[in-house]
Amino acid sequence: MTDAVSSDKAVHDEGGMAYLTSLPRKVVTIYIPLAIFIFVLLFPFYWMTVVAIKPDGELIEQGANPFWVDNPTLDHIRHLLFETSYPHWLWNTMLVATVSTFLSLFCAVLAAYAIERLRYTGSRYVGMGIFLAYLVPPSILFIPLSIMVQAYGVRDTPLALILTYPTFLIPFSTWLLMGYFRSIPYELEECALIDGASRLQILTKITLPLAVPGLISAGIFAFTLSWNEFIYALTFIDASENKTVPVAIVTELVTGDIYAWGSLMAGALLGSLPVAILYSFFVDHYVSSMTGAVKE
Amino acid sequence: MAAVSIQKVFKSFGSTEVIHGVDVDIGDHEFVVLVGPSGCGKSTLLRMIAGLEKITAGEIAIGNVVVNTVPPKERDIAMVFQNYALYPHMTVYNNMAFSLLLARAPKAAIDERVREAAGILSLTPYLDRYPRQLSGGQRQRVAMGRAIVRNPQVFLFDEPLSNLDAKLRVQMRTEIKLLHQRLRTTSVYVTHDQVEAMTMADKIVVMRDGHVDQTGTPLELYDSPVNLFVAGFIGSPAMNFIRGRIVRNGGAPSVRADDGTDLPLPPDAAGEEGRPVHYGVRPSDLALTDTAGVETTVGVIEPTGADTFLYGTMAGSEICAMFTERHGFEPGQKVRLMPRLDRVHLFDGESGQHL
Repeated sequence: MTDAVSSDKAVHDEGGMAYLTSLPRKVVTIYIPLAIFIFVLLFPFYWMTVVAIKPDGELIEQGANPFWVDNPTLDHIRHLLFETSYPHWLWNTMLVATVSTFLSLFCAVLAAYAIERLRYTGSRYVGMGIFLAYLVPPSILFIPLSIMVQAYGVRDTPLALILTYPTFLIPFSTWLLMGYFRSIPYELEECALIDGASRLQILTKITLPLAVPGLISAGIFAFTLSWNEFIYALTFIDASENKTVPVAIVTELVTGDIYAWGSLMAGALLGSLPVAILYSFFVDHYVSSMTGAVKE
Repeated sequence: MAAVSIQKVFKSFGSTEVIHGVDVDIGDHEFVVLVGPSGCGKSTLLRMIAGLEKITAGEIAIGNVVVNTVPPKERDIAMVFQNYALYPHMTVYNNMAFSLLLARAPKAAIDERVREAAGILSLTPYLDRYPRQLSGGQRQRVAMGRAIVRNPQVFLFDEPLSNLDAKLRVQMRTEIKLLHQRLRTTSVYVTHDQVEAMTMADKIVVMRDGHVDQTGTPLELYDSPVNLFVAGFIGSPAMNFIRGRIVRNGGAPSVRADDGTDLPLPPDAAGEEGRPVHYGVRPSDLALTDTAGVETTVGVIEPTGADTFLYGTMAGSEICAMFTERHGFEPGQKVRLMPRLDRVHLFDGESGQHL
């Protein structure tokens, strides 16, 4: 039977309706739009790279080609890595993003499961409430939060960010996971219930293994959001050593009105690499959970 | 193994009552089929036995223990779901072993039970596969295997064959019946397919709108339906009904159909003169005659090989007749059909109850 199924699949894969589409048509409808899209997306990275390896002389020279480098140099990157606290900033960002992501996922899994599957009285309103919390802009929320951060005595430590980032990560992940849990057939849980599983066992042995794509995309989203977060990192952290990359490169690499463009761009480029790598590993899971792929 | 007793069970969802006081007694080792049209409450009743729905009022007992407040896992039951509900991320082996693993059974015992069940269901070659790599019939068997390994007191089946194609359904029907003959586990089986009910059940419970209409063996239901609904629901093709009034011409009563045709009745037929009734006769109880009987206009002929179905008009109503012999009917032809008088059913014109 399996052979029949797999050969069936092969027929579909190579066939489809592709034979109806001629090459010129494909160029116009697929490749040209795709090329434009890729160009728009990748151009900032190109520019960052170009500036990061451009000597200062070329950078300020009038009339030089801004999109090209004549004498590439690694000076800016060396300066960034060895003469500033960049490795520290990178480490801080990594630490804060990772811990707050896992913390938020843990809470979001429990919240989403409870709202979606335990269906207690008022679960719908709790779900709405969590979503509303997400709508409060950080530019308002940072004021009360900063008072609390101060009160707990965690100001100017990574803990200040690890504890405040979940205020926007949990609502977001909860909503994403609620949708994902909803797509898992309820019968599976009923079946497990009859098989003798407790609620916690159902969550850990049935629901979570099936929700892995959802967890991954929630995780990536949460990680990216906390990696790029600016306002809280700017307001709760003072010491240069404790800053995160997004804040540090615009505060520490600008002295007075002098912008260290080369190092700044190198910092931005290096800072965006971890997220890009993360995405590239999980892109399949990520796409399938975003598009609500149907699983058997 | 255990008997299941359902006493005066009610179920409401919010303010809507869907089951209105149902009594069913399921004996030890019995295979009972709950059958009825969709929305009649049969699945809800099954889910209440399983413990997946709360019982609003009444009592359900499994093996003399009232289980109203007992959680599903302590009821010692196994359930086969309509869409199989196999765990997609586990192999066939683990699907079947899951409940035993949760019960912390010794590894060797689990292995033995799973392999034994797999042997019974011819699943041994597929133990390492995932559900998505199996065909519909194989998945169905895994779902049953998962139930068997637990050796429960009661098997519950919720329309387990409705996702299969017609041929496989017939095959699995036989397999489930064989399995029951072998294991003798008390089984409650829900279906909307009366053929499944007739072929598999020791006892059928016909449900409609949250009530039990009739309980009995398949042939009791077929031969003596208590009302119009059961008569029309059990049997394929369905029983023919013709509306009319009882006429008592001295010793030879008949039913005068609305178009004036007289339909014959046995001399001892019940019902007083002029009473409005539904005259019911099964397609297989109509015989072709030359002079007696009722004139019927042939509409459509459906030869299926073994049987031939005649759809036509008798006394102003659409009817079906079934013949095992082959006749050369033509559409539009007039034939005379004689009902077997001892198999004619009369139902009250108002209430639909059998007279």
